[in-house]
Amino acid sequence: MNNKTLIITGLVIFLIIVLFPFWYMRGKAAPAPEPVLTPKAKAAQACVRSTEYMRSEHMQLLDVWRDSVVRDGNRIYVNPQGKEFNMSLSNTCLDCHSNKAEFCDRCHNYASVRPYCWSCHIDNPKEKT
Amino acid sequence: MDSSRRRILQLLGVSALALTTRPVFNAFAKEEVAAEAESVIKAGAKSLKAKQWAMVIDTRKFDSEADLEPLIEACHKIHNVPRLQNKRHEIKWLWGTHYHNAFPGKAAQFLAEKVEQRPYLVLCNHCENPPCVRACPTKATFKRESDGIVFMDFHRCIGCRFCMAACPFGARSFNFRDPRPFIAETNKEFPTRMKGVVEKCNFCAERLAVGQLPACVETSKGALAFGDLYDAKSDVRKLIRTNYTIRRKQTLGTEPSVYYIV
Amino acid sequence: MLELAIKGGKKYYGWMTLLMVIVGIGFLLYLRQLDFGLGITGLSRDVSWGFYIANFTFLVGVAAGGVMVVLPYYLHDYKAFGKVTILGEFLAIASVVMCVTFILVDLGQPARIMNVFLYPTPNSVLFWDTVVLNGYLFLNIIIGWNVLEAERNGVHYQKWLKPLIYISIPWAVSIHTVTAYLYCGLPGRGFWMTAILAPRFLSSAFAAGPALLILCCLIIRRVSNFDPGREQIQSLAKIVAYAICVNVFFFLCEVFVAFYSQIPEHMDHLKYLFVGLHGHGAYVPWMWASMILMLIGIILTVNPITRKNETVLAVACVVIFLGTWIDKGLGMIAGGFTPSPLHEINEYIPSLPEIGIALGVWAMGFLVMTALFKIAVSVKEEIRA
Repeated sequence: MNNKTLIITGLVIFLIIVLFPFWYMRGKAAPAPEPVLTPKAKAAQACVRSTEYMRSEHMQLLDVWRDSVVRDGNRIYVNPQGKEFNMSLSNTCLDCHSNKAEFCDRCHNYASVRPYCWSCHIDNPKEKT
Repeated sequence: MDSSRRRILQLLGVSALALTTRPVFNAFAKEEVAAEAESVIKAGAKSLKAKQWAMVIDTRKFDSEADLEPLIEACHKIHNVPRLQNKRHEIKWLWGTHYHNAFPGKAAQFLAEKVEQRPYLVLCNHCENPPCVRACPTKATFKRESDGIVFMDFHRCIGCRFCMAACPFGARSFNFRDPRPFIAETNKEFPTRMKGVVEKCNFCAERLAVGQLPACVETSKGALAFGDLYDAKSDVRKLIRTNYTIRRKQTLGTEPSVYYIV
Repeated sequence: MLELAIKGGKKYYGWMTLLMVIVGIGFLLYLRQLDFGLGITGLSRDVSWGFYIANFTFLVGVAAGGVMVVLPYYLHDYKAFGKVTILGEFLAIASVVMCVTFILVDLGQPARIMNVFLYPTPNSVLFWDTVVLNGYLFLNIIIGWNVLEAERNGVHYQKWLKPLIYISIPWAVSIHTVTAYLYCGLPGRGFWMTAILAPRFLSSAFAAGPALLILCCLIIRRVSNFDPGREQIQSLAKIVAYAICVNVFFFLCEVFVAFYSQIPEHMDHLKYLFVGLHGHGAYVPWMWASMILMLIGIILTVNPITRKNETVLAVACVVIFLGTWIDKGLGMIAGGFTPSPLHEINEYIPSLPEIGIALGVWAMGFLVMTALFKIAVSVKEEIRA
């Protein structure tokens, strides 16, 4: 094998490997995620912040909440509309959005995001019986 | 490309133009979004405040380990402290021990019998000059300015266990494995922890924030007093003024905030 | 120059393959640790630092020991060491790589290691330890690589390297001082709360580091055409002799202070290590072995007849390396934590997976060291040809 053959073979193999996601999944694009609201969430009508804000910034908001509760000892959040909330993922957010599998996981799985929040801030399925 | 002065100036000009695209876009983008009022963060109306929370334990009110059980149970239950069988991995925020373990420097060969038989409740002392806070490389363990509680941020802890080496009171526990399978009844209002982080008593900060005293204090039926060390009229100051109190390893200068009436 | 590390004889490939197998096993065990947690080690609530940190502490010393060839050559113009400074620098690189890896495998949440840099905490000695160790690593890589490359090309090394070389000398002392400061500033640990801990660390470092370097030089002479030189090895041996004497002397000072003052807080840890305490005595044979090994090391290196015999010298170096490893590694760490601050004893014995992971890290360090030494020796052979 001279150099030219080796190079072209290598290039072809490289392209096959690199373009794997595209040719393997052709025609099978996953549909956009549709998170489901619980009856409680629907009844509340408004979240802590607007839906667009939460969609793009909920992790940043949770970070602000965490630092405020843990480091400053302040636990009340007053949103721009004047409504007060207890800054707690477990007790505020998950109180309305108690359906993690149909709500949180929908978008997280689609975007392949794996937050480790659930190691601590959700029901304990491994509870000692 | 020839590297003449003209070429360089042209390159600089194009680069400067390129660098301005982002701010220009952002400026245009801002005009679309309606201006929102700022949000406010504050403490709850019922939250208890202090300059430095302190505790006074009247050890004379406890006769045996059984007397300590309800207090330890209350603390460990609401904080989802796991019960592990392997003693090496045990996690305890509050527990009872003997006189010469709680106060090793004060041990004597001959002691008053009742002092020797009694159990002594030990926990994190929330020192005013905490060596664990000095040691932590990420400020995951820190002393809260608002109330003097030595608090833990489990999100930031890297599990280096330097704080455990630094603590002169052995108050800290490490999650050697996932604690969740070992929690009998999860309190959903308080998070569990994950493997690989250190934990300890937090003076029930989440209860203080809603106007309640720590769980152990509430369960103790008056044996434990809790209050602001710097409020001359608080219960703890009254007890310290009228009783002889000792603290653990006082000579080290960490200024523990847990006092014992012996 | 890297290509010199992948060309070698059968023995070289065999050695590197063996090391890679050990690294592989260690890595698989580490994956188990990542999954289960640090519970697979022998660590406990009372003894929260163990084999990993013990090896880390010892290896910081070995890394600092590299300065013992750099200092005489660059500061005092001891021309003979010119042949071997690169070996000292490369040994330092391999050791620091092992140190950093031991820290990483010891962490409960290693994915969060960047928090140390995202939230710098100047009051934490661990923060400074990270800074100085990484600094020392980069210093040695930059200095070693450039000096060797210049030598290969037959030119003098670049001028800007000189200040870096001068900085690396006190920096080497600082890495081990800062590591000692991790321990000797903790108020609750009487065994470590001694001003002599940092000097003791440095003395055992200057014994162990050069001892390993001597062994490497003897092996290099055997397996290659480069001879580090008889005079160089003898000078290193004299450094080891003084250092090991000072180390044992410092230890005896500790013993005096504890037992003449009769303060229980200070005596208890030494008692636990050397005669056992409250029925626990797993470390007793190890500590006495360490003392005997170091004593044999002293006799063999101080006595010129045994020192000049290179076979006996090799034995002395092994004995000193082992003795200081037991004393500074296991003895110091377990002794510091036992008895606990509540005066309880929970004996620490490293578990098998823990030892396996540690061996994997050592093998990785030796892999790096062998590759770097192969490059250095190949360059030296090239020049002489």
